[in-house]
Amino acid sequence: MSDASPPPAAADAETPAPNADQNRSLWGDVRYQLVRSPLFWISSVMVLVILTMAFVPQLWASTPPTARGACDLLNAREKPSAEHWFGYTASGCDMWASVVYGTGKSVIVAILVTIGTVLLGVTLGTLAGYFGGFTDTVISRITDDFFGLPFILGALVFLAIFPDRNIWTITLVLTLFGWTSLTRVMRGSVIATKQADYVDAARAVGAGHFFIIRRHIISNSIAPVVVLATIGLGSFIGAEATLTYLGVGYQRPTVSWGLLVAEGQNLALAGFWHLLVIPASFIVVTVLSFILLGDALRDALDPRHR
Amino acid sequence: MGRYVARRVLQFIPVILGTLFLLHLLSTLTIQIVGDPVRALFGENAPPASVIAQMQADYNLDDPCLQQTGNPCLGLFVDRLGQYAQFDFGVNFRGRPITELFVERFPVTVRLTVIALVFEAVVGILLGILAGLRKDRFADNLVRFSTVLLIAFPVFVFGTLAQLLLGLQVGLRIRESSWAPDWLGQMLNVGYNADYPWLSLTLPGLVLGAFSLAAIARLTRTSLIENLRSDYVRTARAKGLTTRRVVGVHTLRNSLIPVVTYIGIDIGLLLGGALVTEGIFNIPGVGQLVFLAIRANDTPVIVGVVTLLTIVFLVANLLVDIFYAALDPRIRYE
Repeated sequence: MSDASPPPAAADAETPAPNADQNRSLWGDVRYQLVRSPLFWISSVMVLVILTMAFVPQLWASTPPTARGACDLLNAREKPSAEHWFGYTASGCDMWASVVYGTGKSVIVAILVTIGTVLLGVTLGTLAGYFGGFTDTVISRITDDFFGLPFILGALVFLAIFPDRNIWTITLVLTLFGWTSLTRVMRGSVIATKQADYVDAARAVGAGHFFIIRRHIISNSIAPVVVLATIGLGSFIGAEATLTYLGVGYQRPTVSWGLLVAEGQNLALAGFWHLLVIPASFIVVTVLSFILLGDALRDALDPRHR
Repeated sequence: MGRYVARRVLQFIPVILGTLFLLHLLSTLTIQIVGDPVRALFGENAPPASVIAQMQADYNLDDPCLQQTGNPCLGLFVDRLGQYAQFDFGVNFRGRPITELFVERFPVTVRLTVIALVFEAVVGILLGILAGLRKDRFADNLVRFSTVLLIAFPVFVFGTLAQLLLGLQVGLRIRESSWAPDWLGQMLNVGYNADYPWLSLTLPGLVLGAFSLAAIARLTRTSLIENLRSDYVRTARAKGLTTRRVVGVHTLRNSLIPVVTYIGIDIGLLLGGALVTEGIFNIPGVGQLVFLAIRANDTPVIVGVVTLLTIVFLVANLLVDIFYAALDPRIRYE
């Protein structure tokens, strides 16, 4: 976050320090707020745990459920016990290992989609907001058209026609339907920033459009996008699981949360509650962690909350 | 007002054409890249070429431009618009018109959506007001905490859990007991019951509305808090109006504008969510049609129904916009 700090001169001009003796930049202020927020620490620890599960699942569970001999049908649907706190899945794999190795599938897609939507949203939103006029009209109308397509329904049409779905196709489709709200928010934020005095000042001393955008506009208007993207990361995890649950996301033999829930749903009604409750709680806790992190960031970034 | 409606309807035309074109572009592009769904339907046991050619003709998939990757197929789009105008949205792989399937099932989905909308609007706004008026106190923190929790539940997780815990564990006991009234058991049912067309949709409706309920509660809270600080509220208080009047009439009316906007957008979310909820609770609505079509690989149904739902969403959005221009003169004269 510190990379994005605006040059001190510009920052001082637009954020008068709350107390006369404290002189912090906008992002310095944010840092000051964040380290004092317990919500931020709790959610960041949870997010870190989830990220390690996604990228180094070996830390959390030694044998992947896809390894040879990892699953035994004799154990199928076994309930939680003292040795296996989370029981076994419907196909006799250890539930804990399945859930841990399933994390990566959801989280990596969500991270890729977030990167994609932020890049698209920031670029298009900045262009539309900064240049206005014709550029704005074209970008806004395209955004409107995408916005007219309900998210899940749009993604569904696309994915249903694809014969095999993998990380890349799911990422592509979620990005394609997820960038609109970020673009709108960025556009609004850029329009508000554009009118600031320091932008006029920069222009008066002869700075070019792209210099102003790079140095002044983006760093001062990206805050709401950061908040929305963090929350978005959580909701993309949910969206991927939903699509997988519907049958247009990951397919067997991939281990993924959406598949575990889909598999457990009917068996849960037959008495094997853990088949549904455990993967479902993992999804909820993960989404919750990102939302809480986003909330903590919002509290620090949005001056109206102070 | 008349001018506003006319302008809004005129703006609506390019949006609906654009969205339909987008849908067309996406589906043609995918077909161009991965090959046509008729062949995918048969897999390795392909029937004679004549049968495939016949089926492709039946489902409008025989256009040569579908073979040319990157071609936007404008001609095909114009043809399709003509068909849409005559309420022709294609046929499913068994030959039944999709409009017929849609009309047959649509009332159920409307009932489900209405339950969800009423629930989320009434409970969401009430919770929002409660939290907004008691900012930073216990009630506020409780509402904020529980809404964050609700937002973290994807609809399929919430649906399957509610079905298991409320529909089965609690509901079954009520339905089997001798003391409880029949309607209570039906409200907490595991699935749809045609004898109780509204009651048995209660639990699915609550599940469907839960996410938006949280969003509405938070939105109402934020905008109420912001408006309570404004000058006109201070003036109203200074005039000696009662709190009930200041909050209920002066503040609330202004605070609900973003909420009404959200409800308009939310209809799209609900239609997408209805697909999941109807699948879980086995409700014979439009969503289940898509849910089953995915399992059966019936692409024409998916494309046709999604197109219809998109049109329903855009029209509903238009109506909400017109409705709230009636509520707020500032929007009319913008």
